[in-house]
Amino acid sequence: MPGFPYLPQTGRDIDEMLEVVGVKSVSELFRDIPGKFEVDISIPESKDEFTVLRDLSELSKNNVSLNDLSVFRGAGVYKHFVPSVVQAIASRGEFLTAYTPYQAEVSQGTLQMLFEFQTMICELTGMEVANSSMYDGASAAAEAALMAVRVRGGKKILLSEALHPEYIETIRTYCFGSDIDVETVSFDSETGQINIADLQKKLTQDTAGFVLGYPNFFGIIENLAEIRTLIGENIMMIVSANPISLGMLEAPGKLGADIVVGDAQPLGNSPSFGGPGLGFFASKESHIRKMPGRIIGETKDSDGRTGYVMVLQTREQHIRRNKATSNICSNHAFNALVASIYMSVVGSEGLREIARRSFDKAHYLAERIGKTDHVRLVFTGPFFNEFVARFDCDLKEFNRELLKEKILGPLELERFSEEMKNYGLICATEANLNEEIEFFAGRLEAIG
Amino acid sequence: MTIFDKSTEGRTGFYLPREESYGYEPSDTLPENSVRKESPLLPQLSELQVMRHFTGLSKKNHSVDSGFYPLGSCTMKYNPRLNERIAGLEGFSQIHPYQAEETVQGALEVMYNLQNSLCEITGMDSFTLQPAAGAHGELVGMLLMKKYFELKGENNRRKVIVPDSAHGTNPASAVMAGFEVIEVPSNGNGRVDLGSLEEILDENVAGIMLTNPNTVGLFENEICEIQEMAHKKGALLYYDGANLNAIMGHARPGDMGFDIVHLNLHKTFSTPHGMGGPGSGPVGVKNILKDLLPVPVVRFDGSKFSLDYDLPNSIGKVRSFYGNFGVFLKAYAYILTLGGDGLKRASEMAVLNANYLRARLSKLIPTAYPGLCMHEFVLKGSKLVSEYGVKTLDVAKRLLDYGIHPPTIYFPLIVDEALMVEPTETETKEALDAFADTFERILGEAKDDPNILKAAPQKTAVGRLDEATASRKPKTRWSKDT
Repeated sequence: MPGFPYLPQTGRDIDEMLEVVGVKSVSELFRDIPGKFEVDISIPESKDEFTVLRDLSELSKNNVSLNDLSVFRGAGVYKHFVPSVVQAIASRGEFLTAYTPYQAEVSQGTLQMLFEFQTMICELTGMEVANSSMYDGASAAAEAALMAVRVRGGKKILLSEALHPEYIETIRTYCFGSDIDVETVSFDSETGQINIADLQKKLTQDTAGFVLGYPNFFGIIENLAEIRTLIGENIMMIVSANPISLGMLEAPGKLGADIVVGDAQPLGNSPSFGGPGLGFFASKESHIRKMPGRIIGETKDSDGRTGYVMVLQTREQHIRRNKATSNICSNHAFNALVASIYMSVVGSEGLREIARRSFDKAHYLAERIGKTDHVRLVFTGPFFNEFVARFDCDLKEFNRELLKEKILGPLELERFSEEMKNYGLICATEANLNEEIEFFAGRLEAIG
Repeated sequence: MTIFDKSTEGRTGFYLPREESYGYEPSDTLPENSVRKESPLLPQLSELQVMRHFTGLSKKNHSVDSGFYPLGSCTMKYNPRLNERIAGLEGFSQIHPYQAEETVQGALEVMYNLQNSLCEITGMDSFTLQPAAGAHGELVGMLLMKKYFELKGENNRRKVIVPDSAHGTNPASAVMAGFEVIEVPSNGNGRVDLGSLEEILDENVAGIMLTNPNTVGLFENEICEIQEMAHKKGALLYYDGANLNAIMGHARPGDMGFDIVHLNLHKTFSTPHGMGGPGSGPVGVKNILKDLLPVPVVRFDGSKFSLDYDLPNSIGKVRSFYGNFGVFLKAYAYILTLGGDGLKRASEMAVLNANYLRARLSKLIPTAYPGLCMHEFVLKGSKLVSEYGVKTLDVAKRLLDYGIHPPTIYFPLIVDEALMVEPTETETKEALDAFADTFERILGEAKDDPNILKAAPQKTAVGRLDEATASRKPKTRWSKDT
């Protein structure tokens, strides 16, 4: 059978087209490329759809799917129930195969969806303006740090040591690029919250912003209001939040945050080995011109009909080039669609219930652990749905045992710090049914 | 009507399993000021209402699935559904980034193989898949340059040269890595002007960023000279892979002397643009830079795959985890499906389609540069302004009435009233003919009654929108009162 996948040109088409172009052969079209660069790449020859599907399906079986496990691991990527309608809508080609909405008149679906997404993010975070998405939570936090320097001046950013380690590393990299100093603030080894004395000590005239997690990496809820008061008005408080937790926790905007970022993967997006996630970015109206990323606004057409367009494009790289607020061009609009559908289906009550169940189950687990002899809770601070426990046994070995029983156990924190050997970060969500919780609690009690 | 206007208090489309609560109340353990007082105002709708709302929105979008999309520099080729199916397989979509390595061997194998395929296609030595988009890849590339010269003790290299025809992301990315951007002008043939380059290329230059073929769709045929000039001065050469679709299987940036390459999997390798993303912007480097790549790097020891974090000179991470894995799968499936022969053929057909369309349109409106093009070409709309008083914008808006997405307009900046056309290889000759016919018809309208163009579009969901007011007093969220 002749032809190549996805290429529609017949032999006759090619002949006719070459004639119109005025060349004898296709290779003549490449005459500007110096001959010495001609290559034969060594990639296996084309395959039919059925073979590719079979081969990659086989390969996918070399991974253990979360759907076959009880998952007690989060740390930035979470397993939640996702209603079927989310995938059903998101698979529509009109969303999937559209480009950035440069031509607003034929992109009203995209633009209105993103306008609604921005509204939902503002609602969750308690902020006034949100952009239409960033790559992920870590890069959003890094962009927030850069924005703090743009807004406040100064050249130092403070980071909580209890911020997600991958976020810390990402912010460091971005700050290396922009020649911004980074200093970390330790956490209180008892509560797991920010060490206020250390924070106080590190606040200097040239500090532009302070980035912290809410809940933090250890699941602990920081006292944002107190931190806000302490750092004063001249330093931006940048809060990285788990959006699910905001169904139950006070909105950071209400507690004095200047910028709220985070990863909205938990809002209906699949874990997908950590990407694509969904960065969100929200701030105050007064800072909108300093924000990175695409922002959608409402307007009217010539007949007075309501429509949506990209606004403040003069901040962006395609207009402002080397003076842009960021280099971001592609974002994660499709993941924003998924999150919008998810938030629309679950609604405010649904989100509250998901948050409360996650909280309830995690707290029950923690209480059961509190009664065991060989696993101890590490921090006393208030937490949402994750907490750290110290194991008397070899946690790696224990996790191997758990996996045999189809449990994805606590994340071994040793991977981030040698001092945390046999410390595990345990997570529960509404997707852990009570029977799973009971079974897991039983396994923890049986240690020793 | 927004989804918030359709909301009704107490309605829901969401049902959780019936389960007993363990009875832990937030107010029992959390400080009072951490407990949410007011629920976020999310819409309350039935599942069917949600379905209809979004289906309605989807109908207001132009997409590759619905019609021709010749947006220059964006490579709006068909997005094969096999790829979506593969990315959706449970064993790929439902895996956690912090699972033990032995439980994600399939995922690591995909990444490893994709890295190797990209090395082979581009002629580079190593790849990182971490960057989430093209611009993110550019940032990585610029950070690699910065780190490289820092390690060499050449901290004087603070400048990066970018052609005046470059994408806006190039200068913006260079600035984010702390560089000063110097523009090099193009010559009358649409290529980098070597004389000007010579003048600005000194010991303080860290690198030159090039797109090849460049944004006017022409191959920088003096690339050998540019490469020699750059390396002689100790600068690095950066390849923006936005236009790789023109040369896959024919020529490789690595062989042309580029030290750093970024690719756009969402352009060249058929993964969908998703209204703006997620994309994926892998970065390839020559051996001199491989130890500086972001961590982790995927390794294979002959029996198992692993993630290596031990690169002491790494620039660090530019995002969490390993990259947009869901996108890798689609690109990998595409490479497997097309194979080496198909990739080469895809480039040939992309260039043939572009040249055919160029030949047809150049009879109607001048091209910015004479002669053959690669995968895209630029038309000059300035004559329409002088002759009929219609702008490129008007032509673009009129195309919308005919169900066609306009080319990229007003870019590159070096061409007056530019229209940048990239048909891609997945379009039929009939589609190209229909576009050329439509274009001819619109030019006829411009001659007979330019107001038709100025009043366009008429057949879309909304007419021309007032962007100026929207930006002056931005309303960026729905609120109850308005």
